[in-house]
Amino acid sequence: MTTVRDTSEASAIYHFTVNGEPREAAVPGMRRLLDVLREDLGLTGTKEGCGEGECGACTVIVDDLVVDSCLVPVCQVEGADIRTVEGLSDAEARALSPLQQAFLERGGAQCGICTPGMLMAAQAYLDDGGPANEADIREAIAGNLCRCTGYTKIIDAIEAAAIARDEAIEDDESEDEDEE
Amino acid sequence: MSDNDHDLRAAGEGPLVLTPPAPGRVLVPTRGIAVPAPLRREGPSKLTGQAKYTDDLVFPGAWYGATIRSTEAHARLLGLEQDAEFDWSKVVVMTAADIPGDNVVSIIDDDMPVLAIDEIAHVSQPVALLAAPDKSTLREAKKRIRARTEPLPPVFDPLESDHEFAAYDFGTGDPEAAFEEAALIVQGEYRVGHQEQLYIENQAMIAEPRPDGGVRITGSMQCPYYVHTALKRALGLSDEQAVITQAETGGGFGGKEDYPSVVAIHAALLAQRIGKPVRMIYDRHEDIASTTKRHPAIVRYRSGVSADGRLIAQDVEVIMDGGAYCTLSPVVLSRGVLHAGGPYQCPNVHIKGRVMATNTPPNSAFRGFGAPQVGFAHELQVARIADELDISPAELRERWAYREGDTTPFGQVLRESVAAHEVLREATEAADFAELRELSRQTRAVRWGQAAEAGSGKRSTRVRTASGIGLAMGWHGAGFTGRGEITMRSRAAVELGDDGVVRLLIANTEIGQGTNTVMPMIVAKVLGVDPSEIELSPIDTSIVPNSGPTVASRTVMVVGGLVSKAAARLRAIVEERSGGDFADVYRADARKHGATRIDQEYESEAAVEFDDLTHTGDAYPAFGWACAVAKVEVDLDTGEVRVRSVVSADDVGRVIHPVLAEGQVEGGTLQAVGYGTIEEMKLVDGRYLNDRLSTYLIPTSMDAPEITAILVEAPFSGAPHGAKGVGELPMNVAAPAVVDAIHDAVGVWITDLPATSEKVLAALEAAGGGTSA
Repeated sequence: MTTVRDTSEASAIYHFTVNGEPREAAVPGMRRLLDVLREDLGLTGTKEGCGEGECGACTVIVDDLVVDSCLVPVCQVEGADIRTVEGLSDAEARALSPLQQAFLERGGAQCGICTPGMLMAAQAYLDDGGPANEADIREAIAGNLCRCTGYTKIIDAIEAAAIARDEAIEDDESEDEDEE
Repeated sequence: MSDNDHDLRAAGEGPLVLTPPAPGRVLVPTRGIAVPAPLRREGPSKLTGQAKYTDDLVFPGAWYGATIRSTEAHARLLGLEQDAEFDWSKVVVMTAADIPGDNVVSIIDDDMPVLAIDEIAHVSQPVALLAAPDKSTLREAKKRIRARTEPLPPVFDPLESDHEFAAYDFGTGDPEAAFEEAALIVQGEYRVGHQEQLYIENQAMIAEPRPDGGVRITGSMQCPYYVHTALKRALGLSDEQAVITQAETGGGFGGKEDYPSVVAIHAALLAQRIGKPVRMIYDRHEDIASTTKRHPAIVRYRSGVSADGRLIAQDVEVIMDGGAYCTLSPVVLSRGVLHAGGPYQCPNVHIKGRVMATNTPPNSAFRGFGAPQVGFAHELQVARIADELDISPAELRERWAYREGDTTPFGQVLRESVAAHEVLREATEAADFAELRELSRQTRAVRWGQAAEAGSGKRSTRVRTASGIGLAMGWHGAGFTGRGEITMRSRAAVELGDDGVVRLLIANTEIGQGTNTVMPMIVAKVLGVDPSEIELSPIDTSIVPNSGPTVASRTVMVVGGLVSKAAARLRAIVEERSGGDFADVYRADARKHGATRIDQEYESEAAVEFDDLTHTGDAYPAFGWACAVAKVEVDLDTGEVRVRSVVSADDVGRVIHPVLAEGQVEGGTLQAVGYGTIEEMKLVDGRYLNDRLSTYLIPTSMDAPEITAILVEAPFSGAPHGAKGVGELPMNVAAPAVVDAIHDAVGVWITDLPATSEKVLAALEAAGGGTSA
């Protein structure tokens, strides 16, 4: 358990989990979730690109919702489960997630600054059962600006990850059937 | 989406180990050339959030820096006003008087001060520096300080400016006599506005004082040695006292070519004064409001066509708006005028250009570097001529495009590696250009026949959108213009360390384009080892030699050539003394003989001669060639242009890494689509009106067309690997292709970029009842 304290202004203690780990932050309630993650918790994988909710570089998942963490005051995440890019890969196995691996192989990351936010938007889409379909994928990442790729290889990567996810589900189901 | 069905797992790669960098080679799926290539070297760290960009770095005890900027476009600077109520002992304020070295941001001319002195020349010009130990004190102090000024009359129109940064005038043949003979003369004036690079990581620098009185800079940049030169000059430091390190960099596109010197000097001045590290991290608003943009330009064009359909005369005038200071403007203009004739053979050409000062923030490098501005003009000319002659624009280009042996207006004979016809054929075939163009001609005729409502010309009660297909070509001189490389004398090194590791020592930065991945591939191929066996030295001016800036699509061609030669020499030495294949013996060789470092300096090819004074000769070692076909849909009620797809065929000489090369073409194409359609910077009284990301729009995934990159290979013999560079080429072609497609859809020419819905609607209204059919 990590507790962060900032005694400079009137603060309350906020409790939430980040990538499954319980965290506390004793900071002013209007402090941006982005700053709490980056500066107070040292999770600098989440980036700031504009500070006004336009670029999506700061995208994180809060209770299954895709949000721009620059627009969310920490008081709004009391009790929430927060997921950031640091939680995507399997740290124990030191392995990339299937989505990260697809980005790596397909060329979905260039300069990499939009990548963490892009991955979180894409992960939420995959978790939500989003189909391996270009039009839907384009819509899912419409809030995340990328200036390097033209989005082509990002969409390729998410599509590949969606196909892999569907195949894994089918495999599981057929295994279940075998067991029956 | 990709029509490629490669099964990635067939390549035998399981989940990737995060560290060290991605080993092995994977056959990656591509649309065109499929060769085995390693995965992006720093990919895993970027994908897991471990990569450290400047603002991610922790420097204990660091202060926060800020820049106090002018709010006027032109004024006399009388002094600073500081609120007496505020406790100024908590912060540090610095002005021009506190600069230990020259008050100059060293680049080409010495006209741009680090901090304004006496005169303010543009809105957002740095006037003073401020630093505080925490952000809230900094914010508070910033509100209580401002420049005291007396306004002076500003100049905003480059046509009214009397201050010229550079001018060129050259040509061939006798254009005026040729115009006399011409059966058709097409004349036009084309305008393009500012474009913001909009790298997603803002400008960012951290300066630390060094015990020797110098400063170490860690930051976001393309060109560490540009920062090094500028820092030494402004702070009066020796070579050793100025140390520049690149952090992971979140995009550049030219915007981090010269401007980072300004940010670094500011941070360094504060750090030296305070004796602690200082963080100078721009927010998006400051970044857009203050940093350099693509030059706006006016291009006046006259083309003459003979009765038998040959291009016989071109007369071109290019006027660029340089903004308040010179920056790289002379070089941008030079590339602009050299490319202004387009990739077409013409015996009688006159080209002149000038870049003028205005009281607006300085403009400088942006991917394409002068070529996209003129590219829009020469392609619209050819498109309009094809329309006048009622001939297919593809066929006209087939006739006119350069072939090997042709001579440019600046007297360069195109001896080899000319792929204009190949890219034209590849792009038009892949996009079904001929068929779709004919189809839209028929559709247009039907629609115009049905037009029901007076005043809304092309719109009928049933048809509210119109689709069209357009074509454009372009070329891009690879590497520095003219004598640039000869003057620069870049140096790169390959070292076999005494630890048995091969290291690459270059100052060329990874900014997303793939330097970290491609350069080891080039060296590995020469040495006959796997790319994963090549280490990259950190980008730090105290470690790596000056292999020149990461600009001008030069890294693979020029620096790749240097490291190829160095590697070949290293291989020969090792194989000679250790008797065996390099791959088998190099580790043992290092144990026995210790470290061997080979430095390779740029040597000019004897054939490459360019005269700076007359602006004639071999301007570039080689050219890349590109053709784009765009499909658009125009909303006839709103004028909104939706770009549905772009096929871009780009000749890059040799493809080193297909996925990364395609990524360059796709990304450059989308930036060009943005340039052509939505990216518009509005100015009021010399200030950018839409200086936020909520008001300066770039394409989202919903705006982006389906982009198909086709890589074409016409190898260049002057580079050991045959590659000519890929970064800028695609930026030159998609915007005019989109505008040609708009014309195909609705019959109006948009001559002023971007083709916003307002402009398209106005043009539709001006065209009236569809009479232009």
